[in-house]
Order: sequence, then C-alpha cells, then structure tokens
Amino acid sequence: MILKMEHIYKDYIQGKMIVPVLKDINLEVEEGEYVAIMGPSGSGKSTLMNIIGCLDKPTKGTFLLDGQRVLEQKDNQVASVRLRSIGFVFQNFQLLPRLSALDNVALPLIYAGIKKRERRKRAKLALERVGLGDRLNFVPNQLSGGQKQRVAIARAMVNNPKILLADEPTGALDSKSSHQVMELFEELNHEGVTVIMITHDANVAKCAKRIVDIFDGEISERSRKEEAV
Amino acid sequence: MIENIRLSFQGVWSHKMRSFLTMLGIIIGIASIISIVSTIQGTNEQIKRNLIGSGNNTVSIKLSQGEYDYEIAYNGIPNGVPVISESTRQEILALDEVENVALYTSRTYADGVFYQNTALQGANIYGIDANYFDTAGYIVRTGRQFIDSDYTEFRKVAIVDDVAATALFQDANPLGKTIEINQEPFIVVGVAQQSEQFEPVINSIEDYYMYTTESSGTVYIPSASWCIVYQYDEPQNVLVKAVSTEDMSAAGSKTADILNTYVSADNSDIQYRAADVLETARNLQELSNATNNQLIWIASISLLVGGIGVMNIMLVSVTERTSEIGLKKAIGAKKRRILGQFLTEAAVLTSLGGVIGVGVGIGLSEAINRISGTPIAISVPAAVGSVIFSMMIGIIFGLLPSIKAANLNPIDALRHE
Repeated sequence: MILKMEHIYKDYIQGKMIVPVLKDINLEVEEGEYVAIMGPSGSGKSTLMNIIGCLDKPTKGTFLLDGQRVLEQKDNQVASVRLRSIGFVFQNFQLLPRLSALDNVALPLIYAGIKKRERRKRAKLALERVGLGDRLNFVPNQLSGGQKQRVAIARAMVNNPKILLADEPTGALDSKSSHQVMELFEELNHEGVTVIMITHDANVAKCAKRIVDIFDGEISERSRKEEAV
Repeated sequence: MIENIRLSFQGVWSHKMRSFLTMLGIIIGIASIISIVSTIQGTNEQIKRNLIGSGNNTVSIKLSQGEYDYEIAYNGIPNGVPVISESTRQEILALDEVENVALYTSRTYADGVFYQNTALQGANIYGIDANYFDTAGYIVRTGRQFIDSDYTEFRKVAIVDDVAATALFQDANPLGKTIEINQEPFIVVGVAQQSEQFEPVINSIEDYYMYTTESSGTVYIPSASWCIVYQYDEPQNVLVKAVSTEDMSAAGSKTADILNTYVSADNSDIQYRAADVLETARNLQELSNATNNQLIWIASISLLVGGIGVMNIMLVSVTERTSEIGLKKAIGAKKRRILGQFLTEAAVLTSLGGVIGVGVGIGLSEAINRISGTPIAISVPAAVGSVIFSMMIGIIFGLLPSIKAANLNPIDALRHE
C-alpha cells in the first residue's frame, strides 16, 4: 500500500463560513497502480491532489504515504518526503525560465545533495529518457509546450520517486503532445512507477487503469480495468 | 552555495538597470566613506611626514627645565648635570631602536657671527661631534667634513649651511674664508645641506605656522673648539636617529631615561626630554579625526537608506518569484535552501555595490586630490572592510524578505501567476 487515506476531511474558512471541500475521503492506492482522479472544477480534486502531494494538510483524518505518517511530520521532513517519494507534474509546467532544460531537471538533485558531475549525468539520462537528449541546453522559451512538459516529467522522475503526481498534465497541450505525454506516463507506469493523475478530461482519464470520480468533495470508484491476464 | 552565488550574479545581470538602481544607495554610501577615510588617512600621513621630515627619523633629546629647553646662554651650566661621556653615548647606541647617536652643544639666536662687516642675524651655532652630520642626515656639499685632527688639535674651523653661506658670502665661494664667532676667527672648510631636501606641504596658514622652520643660518664647529668661543664642560644635547619611524618615540624616551640617570636628583626640574614628534603628530591627527569621524556617521546614513532600498527590492523580487519559490518547495527544497538563496542574492547585490562603491570612492578621492590638493591615502583595510560591511548590510536587510520567501505556502505560491 503506497497511499492510504482514511476519513479525510478538509474545510476552508471563508469569512465566518466554514466551507467543506473534502468529505470523508477514503482512498487506497497500491504500488504500481495508474489512477486517474476525475472531476469538474470546484469538485475538490485540486485540494485532494495537494493533500496527496503533501503540500497541504487535511482538517482531520489519517494519511499514510509510502509508509510515513506525513501529517505528524515537521515541514522539513515533509519536504524530504516530497523530494524522495513524489515527482510532480503541473498543468503549466512550472519550469524556471532562466535555467536550461538540463539545469531545470537537475534542480531536485541539488536539494538531494548530489554532486554537480553526478547531477548533470543523471539529468542528461532523464532528458534522454523523455526523448529530449538533443535539447539539453535549451531554455524553456525555446521549447514547445509538449517538450516543456516532457522536461517537467524528466524533472519529476530524476530522483526515481515511487509516485508520479500529475495535475492536469495535458491541460495546456495540443492533442499530439497530449498523446506523447500519456504514452510516457504509461511507459513509466509499466516500469513500476505509481501514477496518480488529476484531470477533468475523460479522454485522458481513459488512459488510466483505474478511475476515481470526485464530485462535491466525495469520491466514488467508477471502474477498475482488470490487469491483462 | 557556489551555485547560489552564480545564479545570483545571473539574476543581477538579467536585471541590470534595477540591480544598479538598487545598489546605488550602497555605492554612494561606500564611496563617500572611502573618500572620507582616504582624506583622513592622507591628512594624517601628511601631518606625520611634515613633522618627521622625509624619512630621516631623528629625535632630539634636549636638556629642559620644566616645559622649556634649558638655556645655557642665560642660566649658565646647571648643577648636577654632567658632560655626556663616550661610554654613555655607547650605552645609547646599544639601544635596539637607535641607529646612530650624536652629541652637540648649541646656541640659538646668537649674535657675534660675522664675515668682514656682514653679520649673520640670529645665528644657530652648533658644537658637534663626528657623528652629527650622519645622524642628522646632512652632507657636506662642498669642502670637507670635520676630521679627527680638527678635534685633537682644537682647530678653529667651521662648516656653514646654505642659508648661512648665502647670508654671509652672497655668491662668493665660502671655502677658505675666515669668519668671526664671538670674536674668534674660524676658517670655513665646508658647506652642509640636508641629504634629502624636504619641503613640508603647506595647505593652510595653520600648516605654515606649524611646519615652516625658517632658519636664519647655522654655523657648525667641532665640539672640541666649543670652549674657545663659549665655555668648558657644557652638558650636551643628544640627537638620535631611530631605526624606523615607529621606533622614534621609544628611541627618544629610552635615551632620555639613560641620560636622566646621570642627572643628580636635586635638580628634579632639570631633565633630559625627547621632542616626541609622533606624539605631536598624534595630537594633531586626533584633532582632524574628530571632525571627520562625524562625516563618516553622516555617510553611514546613506548606507542605511541603501539597505532599506535593497530590502524593498528583495520584497518585490520575492513577490515576483512566488511561483518559482512554490515550485522549489514542492519539489523538495527545505526552508533553509530558500532562505539561503535569497540571502545570497541580497549579499551578492550589496557586495557588488560595495566593490563598485570602493572603486567610485577611490576615483572620488583622486578627484578631490587633484582639485583641492587635499592629500589622500587609499586604505586597503578600509576598502576590504567596506565590502564586508556592505555584504553584511545585504544579509541584514535581506533577512526579512528571505524569511518571507522561505515561509511561503507552496500551494499559494504555485497558484500565483
């Protein structure tokens, strides 16, 4: 069990009103699964994603990630959980504009305390893995949307995390680039990476082996593709 | 860390105009401090140089009564003050700080020096030993020095300095001429002058009174012949050449101590005393420092303003780069990292400002020197100190923005566009 959520609630306080966003979420994800969390905007899926990504804390409930009780940990410990266990992919790529593709990918390795030579080697391998071995020294402005997202995926994977957490990864991409990204996700999942993807796009969600619907802060399991026998 | 510094330089470079304007406060502050310090140092150096002369570190140790020189001409030979013997001279010469020692007797404002009908008004007359010229840094320009037989045979020979030569002989050659000292004839054998000509730098009327030592001419005779014109057994004064300028005070006071052990106790107000030039210089320097230190405080205000400017820009920069900070935190950067990054940026910015400020300050000092003639001396410790100080300003004023950055919530930061 790589992820286990029990009775997770999240409330936001707006003025004097308490707005419940997540209501009694129970979710378990096994290692190596490919899960899509699907829902319209305002359904609470981003909040759920933030909690899974250890960027936010629920109002109550228990949460285990990769065997760790992250809710009880200090900021710095949570930071190293994010560093080692989770790779993030965002809708708008979140690449640093002044850094080359290689330096962008190497960023998490700096925080992991890896030496420069080794960083460059591993970042280069990661970029080659996503098919951008010939774009190492390009800055984000010189790359297309699809290429940027692949750089972001390389960055997410460079520390070899167990979980790839993607928030609308194709939201800003054309269909051809989207397709490439989804293929990459499938390959990574095939290699054993647990992929958790948040999307509102049914076509994208279809790529996942398991779809969890979220609506009004409550989740429901829709379908679970059986593993090919 | 090195990576942070490199990125900070990149950041500074990519916003040249903004970085420059941010640094301007620091640049102006550091530049004014550097130019003030240079001027202070220059003035101090000059005070010292004017008083000491060009590197000839001589100290005179004179017999004094109370605060003034003891005047043998009026008061006669004091009781209990012996003539300084050669063994005492050797004792002084053995001091670590002392390079050379000369003994001399003297009269100032003496009349009675004539060449034919020309009088040398207010003459100085020195009865000197064989070490005097070397110790005092004089050379005999024409003619000869005193030789051993001048002393052993009590010859009535004299050496005159340039001023005396011009006053007595005008353009004529002084060598071989007979002058009269206290009605005794002396033959001029040489003309002496300082081996290194030194002109004190005069910037004001105060400087003129302080440093200009217009002499009305000096006549030197062998100490052995002193008794011919004056009297036997006059206690001498001592001229000491110190090993270095720093040793002048010690050389002077130690020599005086040695001499005073031979002065008997019942003449407690008649003592040998060293003219401590360094002490005088220090007193003068303190006077000029007191005024200038206030200027440094005023210049520091500019640094404070500069620091606030840096803080302001750093706060803007944190806001601008909220999403970058959010991303970094999301992918696992600890607070310490973010804090370090922004502190480094602030420190790099202000240090760079400091370096430029030092450059501008040096330029400014040179300009002040050219325009007003004020002496300057660029102080390396002040320059290094300024750069370190500006780095500290960066760290101090960068702290608030950096803490703000480090405490950003990654979700809010990522959502920020």
